[in-house]
Amino acid sequence: MTLRVLVAKIGLDGHDRGIKIVARLLRDAGMEVIYTGLFQTPDTVASAAIDEDVDVIGLSMLSGAHMTLAPLVVEALRSRGSSIPVVVGGIVPRQDIPLLKAAGISEVLGPGAPGTAVVDTIRAAANAQ
Amino acid sequence: MVAGSSPAGPTTSHTTIHLVTENTPRKAWTEAFGSSSLRQVPFTTMSGIPLEAVYGEEGSEMPGVYPYTRGPYASMYRSKLWTMRMFAGFGTATDTNERFREIIRSGGDGLSTAFDMPTLMGLDSDHPMSLGEVGRCGVAIDSLADMKDLFAGIDLGGITTSMTINSPAAPILAMFVAQAETAGVPRKVLGGTLQNDILKEYQAQKEFVFPPRQSMRLVRDTIAFTANEMPKWHSISISGYHIREAGSTAAEELAFTIANGFAYVELALQAGLPIDSFAPRLSFFFNAHIDFFEEIAKYRAARRIWARWLKERYGATSERSLQLRFHTQTAGVSLTAQQPEVNIVRTAIEALAGVLGGTQSLHTNSMDEAMALPTERAARIALRTQQVIANETNVTAVADPLGGSWYVEELTNEMERRAEEIFADIEAFGNGSMLDGCINGIEENWFQSRIADSAYDLERKFNSGERIIVGVSHFLEGNDEDEIDLLRITNEDEQKQRRRLEAVRASRNSTAVAESLAVLETEAADPEINLMPALINASNAQATVGEMMKSMGTVFGRHIEVPTI
Repeated sequence: MTLRVLVAKIGLDGHDRGIKIVARLLRDAGMEVIYTGLFQTPDTVASAAIDEDVDVIGLSMLSGAHMTLAPLVVEALRSRGSSIPVVVGGIVPRQDIPLLKAAGISEVLGPGAPGTAVVDTIRAAANAQ
Repeated sequence: MVAGSSPAGPTTSHTTIHLVTENTPRKAWTEAFGSSSLRQVPFTTMSGIPLEAVYGEEGSEMPGVYPYTRGPYASMYRSKLWTMRMFAGFGTATDTNERFREIIRSGGDGLSTAFDMPTLMGLDSDHPMSLGEVGRCGVAIDSLADMKDLFAGIDLGGITTSMTINSPAAPILAMFVAQAETAGVPRKVLGGTLQNDILKEYQAQKEFVFPPRQSMRLVRDTIAFTANEMPKWHSISISGYHIREAGSTAAEELAFTIANGFAYVELALQAGLPIDSFAPRLSFFFNAHIDFFEEIAKYRAARRIWARWLKERYGATSERSLQLRFHTQTAGVSLTAQQPEVNIVRTAIEALAGVLGGTQSLHTNSMDEAMALPTERAARIALRTQQVIANETNVTAVADPLGGSWYVEELTNEMERRAEEIFADIEAFGNGSMLDGCINGIEENWFQSRIADSAYDLERKFNSGERIIVGVSHFLEGNDEDEIDLLRITNEDEQKQRRRLEAVRASRNSTAVAESLAVLETEAADPEINLMPALINASNAQATVGEMMKSMGTVFGRHIEVPTI
């Protein structure tokens, strides 16, 4: 079955190099990729993910707002009764990773993660469901 | 060889030939060099070999002489080193003010302000979208009160200040002028740079608010205002940095940036400004990436292209209009989270490329910036890197030391050739207008797609092993050991800033605020009016950045990018 992935930018950060690369990597690995565009909120991402019936959500974060915003995406999903896994990628200091996981984020991809790791992590997150 | 400070005498056959021409490059250089004041340092090698100020064959191009491939000035760093301008900003205005003072104490000689995401997007700290972003990526500025804290104890007439702001560039400039004048510094003596390069926001950095043509009206207003009232101010820093960081190639960075520059020139010409009244105040900002010689060739080509186009196409005659001057920042994207100390080496190499390419000002990234904003210690090491290049390596003694290298000259020509190809495409989109070409290219997602394609090409080269990154693809030993201290911005700063804004809103004269915003909105609807006076008036009334942007937005509308992968 083809995996469906929603990749999203939340908050005010417009740096979209990473998310576009990830979107293309996943597409080239045979997944269906939906990109939300910039300046989304936790609610718009959760709604779009449920409407599109995706298997995984990938959040791309650079500005340091990950500790505030990423857990809110998980909350928004759970409050709608959805268990879609959320993977965070981007500029995330190592010490934040356990905190994000405790807040319900499935996995975190840091700077320099190779393409294969991105694809494998998304697959693993989907399969863990 | 060309003598350093003495005019070339007619002693060789080469010189005799060139005396036939009125003004040879050497003669022009000699005159310009002769009128330069020099730094009081010895211009010899470490072992005492005297160094000429420039080297080159008779008749060849010279620095400070059209088309300026070899540098905008004849004497280059013999007269003045580049400005060591370290970009800083985080937390509240008071936090950043402390960092500014530390930079000045450490020998930095220019300030450069990083604003947080809400400020960059023209939103106040208490806006719902600002949640989690206040003070994170830069300093939070809501009102004149914050601007006052930001520059407390700093003589704005005595130091130049750069402000990296684009969509709300006009309100922030207005607030800066209002703050300086409150502190007794008249606008005409203020020196510094407003980034104010909105085109690259749509193309690359994506911090846009209003649609392109409405944004360009604000750019026009700032160019006209500064041309008339702020003679020492650089109205725009036309920026390739973000285009490159977003993934473009070096040639695309060069071409898109210079094309944007042409667009701003055409915009100001359309507004009736004479070319030589504003072109001398346009400045540039390029990336210094890790491919050493390609970067140097890029800067050399940039100067030559700009000089030629400004002279031949736009009819500039003032030398200052033709001389491209630029700021450089080392490549953030080249930094790795793995083995972060290695980033000091990358940054040093990139900074050296900027210097050998003749930069006028330089920011060096800190080793920890693949993970967070820099700590004070990391930022100091980055500044020290520049100081080593400036004071220990002696690379400053000779202008354009790589000029005449077959390799560098060929690469410079190739950069220029590739840029001209791209200009032809953009000109075609605009039916002969570079201004329309840039805007149409943005609206059709052409720039954005090209940058994304180049980014993905490079990514595939990293993934296939065709390109190596130390500590990421190879040489991984030590990756687990490296933990360095990182700067942590707490939510406390966000709370503090919100309380501060609340206090400002409570204490100001709300009638005056409402009136000033109503004037701004009315004037925004009339494209003939320059909005800067209304913005300065609103700043003085303590209207916030968010309020000013909202008033203008009522008239201008919003830009929505069609998401494409």
